[in-house]
Parts: sequence; C-alpha cells; structure tokens
Amino acid sequence: MSVRDRRLPLLTAGLLAALTTAACGGAGSGSGSGGASGGGEAADTVAVAATDDACDVASSELAAGTHSFSVTNSGQQVTEFYVYAEGDRVMGEVENIAPGLTRELLVELPAGDYETACKPGMVGDGIRGDLTVTGEAQSLSEDETLAQASTDYQRYVQSQTGALLEQTTAFVDAVKAGDVEGAKALYPVARTYWERIEPVAEVFGDLDPLIDGREGDQAEGEDFTGYHRIEQALWVGGTTEGMTPYADQLLANVQEIVDLANETTLEPLQLANGAKALLDEIATGKITGEEDRYSHTDLWDFAANLEGSEAAVQALRPFLEEADPDLVAEIDERFAATEAELEQYRTEGGWTLHDQLTQEQLQGLSDSITALSESVSQVAAVVADR
Amino acid sequence: MTEPSPTEAAADPRPAGLSRRRLLGALGAGTAGVLAAGAAGGVIGRATADDAPAAAGPAPTDAVPFHGEHQAGIVTPAQDRLHFVALDVTTDDREELAQLLRDWTAAARRMTAGQDAGPDGAVGGSEWAPPDDTGEAIGLPASGLTLTVGFGPTLFTTADGRDRFGLAARRPAPLVELPAFPGDQIDPAISGGDLCIQACANDPQVAVHAVRNLVRIGAGVVSVRWSQLGFGRTSSTSTAQATPRNLFGFKDGTDNLKAENGSALDRFVWVGDGDADWLRGGSYLVTRRIRMLVEPWDSSPLREQELTIGRAKGSGAPLGQRAEFDPVDFTKQVDGEFAVPETSHVFLAHPTNSGTAILRRGYSFVDGTDGLGRLDAGLFFIAFQKDPETGFVQVQRNLRLDAMNEYVRHTSSAVFACPPGVRDDADWWGRALLEG
Repeated sequence: MSVRDRRLPLLTAGLLAALTTAACGGAGSGSGSGGASGGGEAADTVAVAATDDACDVASSELAAGTHSFSVTNSGQQVTEFYVYAEGDRVMGEVENIAPGLTRELLVELPAGDYETACKPGMVGDGIRGDLTVTGEAQSLSEDETLAQASTDYQRYVQSQTGALLEQTTAFVDAVKAGDVEGAKALYPVARTYWERIEPVAEVFGDLDPLIDGREGDQAEGEDFTGYHRIEQALWVGGTTEGMTPYADQLLANVQEIVDLANETTLEPLQLANGAKALLDEIATGKITGEEDRYSHTDLWDFAANLEGSEAAVQALRPFLEEADPDLVAEIDERFAATEAELEQYRTEGGWTLHDQLTQEQLQGLSDSITALSESVSQVAAVVADR
Repeated sequence: MTEPSPTEAAADPRPAGLSRRRLLGALGAGTAGVLAAGAAGGVIGRATADDAPAAAGPAPTDAVPFHGEHQAGIVTPAQDRLHFVALDVTTDDREELAQLLRDWTAAARRMTAGQDAGPDGAVGGSEWAPPDDTGEAIGLPASGLTLTVGFGPTLFTTADGRDRFGLAARRPAPLVELPAFPGDQIDPAISGGDLCIQACANDPQVAVHAVRNLVRIGAGVVSVRWSQLGFGRTSSTSTAQATPRNLFGFKDGTDNLKAENGSALDRFVWVGDGDADWLRGGSYLVTRRIRMLVEPWDSSPLREQELTIGRAKGSGAPLGQRAEFDPVDFTKQVDGEFAVPETSHVFLAHPTNSGTAILRRGYSFVDGTDGLGRLDAGLFFIAFQKDPETGFVQVQRNLRLDAMNEYVRHTSSAVFACPPGVRDDADWWGRALLEG
C-alpha cells in the first residue's frame, strides 16, 4: 500500500455509499468458512484425511445441501482445504490447519461438479479430487446470482481474516520475544492473508496506512507504523529492539480491521473493481519491489494479490458465464498464464526474492499482469450493464 | 549516422530529385554498383539541380492516407517526431498473431485519420469500462501520423531455432541479423525484436498516443522489447523539405533519396520480384541508435568538424563548393589536398563511393544524461532499402575509416521486413504472409 492507495482505488464516492454491512453468517469454525450463511445444519460429516502428499475425502458423491467436512492434518506441513466450483470458484475453505489438528468446514453445495483440494505448505494448486453433488439444480435470477457473488466473496474474506489474525499474532509474538529469524519467517506468511483481501481492508481508509504504510508515506508528524516498520527493523537493523509497541499496535489494528471486514459485504461492482485493484497493486508495488523493500519478499505478496483477485472474479463467475462467456474464457486463460509465469519462481518454502529476479524475469511477470489487467478491467462494465 | 548521416547527408542537392537517379542514368543500367567517384560527383549535382521542384506538401496537421501500394511512413515526407517501438511476440499461436495484426490495422486506420483508437473512443463507452482509447490525443489533428510495421528475423525463427508460427520457410532470404561492424557497442537489450512499429507525426503527443494504444491492444500477445523517442527529423525525404540539421550541427540528408524519384525508389527501396512474394512492394528497415559523443565534438575546432563531415557547417555545401546542393566534387583539390578528405563521412558514405543508396529517415534523440553528466544524445538512424546487404550493410562497411567514428557509438541495431501497404478496408498488415 502506498500513499496513492489512500484514495481507495476501488471505490468511488457513490460506491462507498452503496457499501453495505451485514451480519456475519457465523458459518464455519476456526478460520474456515463455508457456504452455509445463516448457519445451516449439516446433513452429514465428511472426513478428510490430509497428509503432505494425499488428500483423501471420505465421499466423492454427495446430495445437494449443507455438509460438514472434518479435515485432519496428519502431515508435517501446515495445510488448507478447499471446495472449488468450476474455475476454482471457492465454495468453502479452511485455512492454516497445523500438523496434528482437525478443523471443520461447513459448506452448502448445490447440485454440480466440484473439486476438493488440500494444499500442504499452503501453496500451489494442491492435491485435487472430484466431488459430484446430485439433486435439483439451482436456478437463480441474474440479481440472485450477483447477490450470491457478494455472499461468496464475503465467505472468502472471512476465511482469510481468521488466518490473518492467527498469523499476525504469531508474527507479533515472535517480534516481542526477540526472535528475529522466527519473525522474518512469519512476516511474508502473515502478509499473504492481508494481501489477499486488501480490497476490503482499503475500505477502511484510516486503518490501512497504519497497518501497511511504507516509510515516507506518512504526513508530517505521523509515525511510521505497521508491518513495514517491523520489516525495516528486522532486515535493516537485524533486531526487534524497540518494536514491541509497534507489534502491539499492529495486532490491535489488524484485529479491528478483521472485525470490520467480517461485517462487510462488497457490492458486485466493488468486487469487480477490487479484483482489478489487486492487479494494480501487483503492477505498481510488487513488480517494482516497492512493497517489501527491505525483505524483498514481494513475490509472496504478488501471489496473494493474484489469488485474491481471482477469488473476487470467481465469485462473479456464475453471472459472468451468462453475461459474457468469452470474457470468462479469456480471463481464465490469462490467470493461468500469470500463475504459470509466477510458478517459475517458487522455491522451497516460498518464492525467489525480488532482488534476485532479472530484468527479463520481471518483464515476463509484468507482461502477464498487464494482459490480465486488460481482461479483468472489462468485468466492471459487464456487471454495471446488467 | 551511419552513413549518410551527417555528412553525406549533406551531399544532396535540392530538393529535387535524387541525385542517384541522375547518377545512375548517366551510367546506364546500373546500379548501385560501384561508381567512379570523380565523374559521378559532377553528374549528380547537376542532375539534382534541374529536377522539377515538388508541389507544396500537405499541411502538418493533415492526415496521410493509410491505404496504398506501399506503407506510409517510408517515402512520406519525414514528419518532425518519432516514437519507435520493437516488440517480441509472446504467444506461439499463429492465429493470435494474425488477430493482433488485424486489430492493429483497424486501430491504425482510425488513428492515422485523426480518430480514436477504438470505435467507442476515449469517452464514448460505458462509464464502468476502461475507455478503448487512452484520450491524450483528444482534440489533436491527425498531424501527419503514419504507422509503419515491420517483421524481424526472429518472428520467422526464434533465436534458439524454433519455427513457432510455421513461417520459417517464408522468411525472405535477405532478412537476417545484421553483421557486427568494427567499433559496434551494441546492447542486445535495445536491439532486435520480432515486430516493430514506427510512428511518425508532426506532434509528439500524436505519435506517442498511437504507440501507446497499439501496445495496449497487444497485451498478452506482444511484449515491448525497447523503444525510442526521436525529435527533429534528420533527413529530408522530399524535395519539398528543407534539409534539417542533426545534433552535430550539420545539415543532414541533403543527398538522401527522395519521394519524388520513383525509379530510384524502385531500384533502391521497394522490394520487387526476386524476393519473397508476400514482401513485394515492401521494404527493409534498418535501425541503429547512434550515440553522438557531443562533448568532444563540441570542443573540436570548426575546421576539424568540417573535414570530418566533408561539408561546410554553415551552408551545408560540400567542401570545395559554394552551395548546399552543389555536387560533391571528389576530384577537386585545394592547396594540393582533396577538398573532401578521403576519410570524411561524405566521401565514404556518398553513393558515389558506397556504390549504393538508401532512404534515410532518422531522428535526433536526447535521452537525458548518461550518469556522468554527459548528454545521452545522438541520431536514431532509420534506413529503408530493397535489401539490407546491398543497402545499409554495404554503406556501413565502407565507413570503417570514417573520421566521424571517433565521435559516434552504435548502441543498438535492428532489421525488419516491412510488408507492402494495406490496400483497403478488408486488408491488414501481413495478410499475405500469414494467410498466404
């Protein structure tokens, strides 16, 4: 986030007025969040046995309705579990399942073809499996489809905010304990959850700069705070000294924004603009290495922005497939191309550091984001013209 | 400056025809072949002088017709501003490439007519959609905008030998990477390219607008490899134009090939029979970014500057003559020395001695300073020719002993085959290549 971002790029004044808040459905447990907004009752519990190289779902055929997935991680790596509709539209997910833990995911699934995925190490496409749900197909009006998009995306946000809070807490704890190496390792992980949902965070304009402002962005007399203040201490100073007040303040601000975000539903047009805004974040902050200028962990944020953008677009997918199927095909192709470009820089446990990327490699990333942005930028008009 | 640049450039005569035409005529069928220096010089000068003057050109704000036998932007009277861009194609899908060329053609047809890049325009579309034109040319006239497209050798076969579009067999034989020349300091990052777009206009904003919109249309299919802005045309390509000065302060382009001389253009510029069919009516484009070491140049004596170039700095006259369009007389002696030194740029680059002719269409550039406080400036040399080997390469090889080399460094190099003109609304750039 930069000073520029304070103008809330995804929102016009009119849209802000349209911003609605809604009571959180309270679905899911832990950091998981499923499709049963309003807390539907699960028809059954489906066991998922997750390891570092397997993702065994007890049943691959279910009846339409609300199901509870009970995900047990017996691997060595932290994992995630997803239920995807076509195009990797997230129907429900549970994040941050530590080794040895079991977490529940409540998901409402209309008839259709889905995929399940475990993501050991929380990276990549994950270990996929087919899931067929039978029963009467849903028939939604256009407006209902759009309303569903907002609900779907809210569910995604809620799944991320839980993990954001957990990982930021762990990061803050490491900082306060004087564990420089531990804090360095947690820094890009905590930021991943932040960067995925930044369009929502930016709605709360005063908190965003406190959490994610960069040095030099502050007005006269304002302190430099947040993730990047601590990043500077860790990487430039090699210390956590003096960071306790900033760590406490960061956690408090993240807690506040998580509470606000969980109560916020973005309008479909905001989703479309938010998806584009996340790609702009990549183009202006990550490709350039401005975001994580001390740690150079910009590709973690790049991957998170990209995933967040795709989540927002995919929430709109059922509507877009009716309204502009050619655009959906182009967007799918370009998300895939961008992910393939990025995938080249995956390393053991993370991503290549920005300062180790060549100009040519950065241009490849930049070109793919430019092309993707041209396509995603068409979504808002399709939504607005309905 | 490769060749002709400063100097040679200087040589030409008037706005009139091409010196070469006469030259060749006098010698018979000829060619660009090697010509006897002394005799040729005299012939050339006269020839030019009595060609009929051209009719007054269009106003600088007018539109240049987009459709035609040849692409505009080659013999079109050189406009004042340039934005040149070289791109690499990032897809392996031939149809995506063809579609891009169709889309580019449609946008170019509109922009060269002074219209927005897309049918909705900068402000005519949905308020929720990004405009299909970027808007900075709203209210500006066509400004003589020409858009000229070329295909590099790597479009046909990649540097690592892949024939990704099934075009390898259609590569014209002359379309090969330029050889290395003595003294080259070529930076590969600003050289080559699968495609190029030359945008010329009399308003820099119009040229930049055109390239920006074409690049935007190419998102996902092409990637910009390098680009160059230029100002102040350094050649006149029409007898109606006065000869401009380059950043050495000398008139440049006096003896250039001129649009009015059709037979010389057919001989030296346009691809005819005997090359790839799809390229007939096209031309080969060579670009060289030639950094001028202006600080040492500026502090050299006037006499040395003039002997380096071979022309008088003020009048542009060949040394030993009185007026700009007087013929270069390579036999004339002053005080027992040849008036035009054998190491001068004019001597070596002049068609008489290079044995060939090219159509120069370069622009000056200043890309700020070089980090040491020195002007990063020079000539973005552009030449069109029927065959690079008997055009630029032949001229440049002849410049090995050019006294001007002390003051210039070639820092980028590229060659492209420019297809013939777009004939009508159904035609598009490269159709004969990709559909043939």
